[in-house]
Amino acid sequence: MAILECENLGFSYEGKRVLEGVNFSLNAGDYLCVVGENGSGKSTLIKGLLGLKAPDEGSIRLSDGLKATEIGYLPQQTQVQRDFPASVYEVVLSGCLNSLGSSLFYSKELKRRALENMERMGIDDIKNRSYQTLSGGQQQRVLLARALCATKKLLLLDEPVTGLDPIASGEMYNLIKLINLCDNISVIMVSHDIHEAVRYATHILHLGHKQLFFGSAAEYRESSLARRFLGGARI
Amino acid sequence: MSQIISMFSYQFMQRALIVGVLVSLCAALLGVSLVLKRYSMIGDGLSHVGFGALAIASAFNLAPLAVAVPVVVAAAILMLRLNHNNAVKGDAAIAMISSSSLAIGVICVSLTTGMNTDVSSYMFGSVLSLSSGDAVLSVILSLAVLGLFILFYPRLFAVTFDESFSRATGTRTELYNSLLAVLTAVTVVLGMRMMGALLISSLIIFPALSAMCLCRSFKSVVIASAIISVLCFLFGLVFSYFFETPTGASIVAADLICYGLFRLFAGRK
Repeated sequence: MAILECENLGFSYEGKRVLEGVNFSLNAGDYLCVVGENGSGKSTLIKGLLGLKAPDEGSIRLSDGLKATEIGYLPQQTQVQRDFPASVYEVVLSGCLNSLGSSLFYSKELKRRALENMERMGIDDIKNRSYQTLSGGQQQRVLLARALCATKKLLLLDEPVTGLDPIASGEMYNLIKLINLCDNISVIMVSHDIHEAVRYATHILHLGHKQLFFGSAAEYRESSLARRFLGGARI
Repeated sequence: MSQIISMFSYQFMQRALIVGVLVSLCAALLGVSLVLKRYSMIGDGLSHVGFGALAIASAFNLAPLAVAVPVVVAAAILMLRLNHNNAVKGDAAIAMISSSSLAIGVICVSLTTGMNTDVSSYMFGSVLSLSSGDAVLSVILSLAVLGLFILFYPRLFAVTFDESFSRATGTRTELYNSLLAVLTAVTVVLGMRMMGALLISSLIIFPALSAMCLCRSFKSVVIASAIISVLCFLFGLVFSYFFETPTGASIVAADLICYGLFRLFAGRK
């Protein structure tokens, strides 16, 4: 069943078209990787999916009770965050913000949810450590646990392995795949790393100001586009 | 000890103590968010706007706080807008607004009362300048600032740590940024009478920076910052009474020494 459908989606900045003709759908349990060069419209698409930027044509339909504010978003890290004095627990708990509703403070249940997600990500032993003292890989796990607090259905990850060493990247990819398979949470991941994308994802969306490809990862591997994008190498 | 007790038998010292402790608390709590969000310059800019507003109020014989609070709140919201607007760079815009307000204030003062002790007390602060009406209003406003900060603490943390995540999960980040700016504006105006326009921003920045040297979680930084701020204020106030130094400057000096010690200590760990 589709949880997200985009129909003929187009976005502009100050009248200048940056992305158009995006048509794809995402079923529960899918792992979609969005690839494309810098400035190809990937970030714009993310903003659109999160409801932070209105499309100027087409539509985004969320179904199965999913709301735009209930997508578990993992943004790219900013410099401010890297040396921010906050404990791991405080950061993860802030993922429950969209469940606060009109209450002012986090309930016992939300605190338990934060603890559960920390256990899932294997960071419960560093609960009281300061975020700024963690390694890049640990920081991404913390942000992933926070994203899981915000969603039950869909994770949206923006370049989750940027700046990580190869071992930490591999762990991060495995962790995301594990969440996808075991908890049946759908994943949309924006990535530069095309090789890893086709290895882990079930579907690929290739953007270049417009939709260049959408289909299964297996189909993408056979396409001429993939071969060109990979510099002639077959994967 | 008996000297300290006799010091607070003066009514103006009692007022200074109550208002000062409350304003130090407000400034310290807000300061943590402002420093982390790289908004420290807004606090500094607002104090200059406050000077302009106070100068105009006194020129027209109006109640100083009643004029300054709305003007500075409006300036705070304007600065926040400019910070997100790329037409003029945020820090340049703040510098522009603050020096213009200072200029308008100085012109206004020289045309009416002339440069006198009043002006000097706006610039560098004075414990004598608080009237009882001011004191009551200051207590009410600072309690409101403290209350709002505590009530919205989870949301303010989220917006401070990660604006894009907060916005994506449906938090109205602009609302909370404006809340921060408005609370800061009120705190700056309240603290300005005692600390002076040129010194008030240190009340916002120093305690937060000192606390960050030692503490590693947001909550502990906030609490430590509040404690440091109140202690430095008390120390500065008592010191200024006994050694007849300017109050605002003494408090800043206490904050500076505290920061220096904490920095040294943190560096050794």
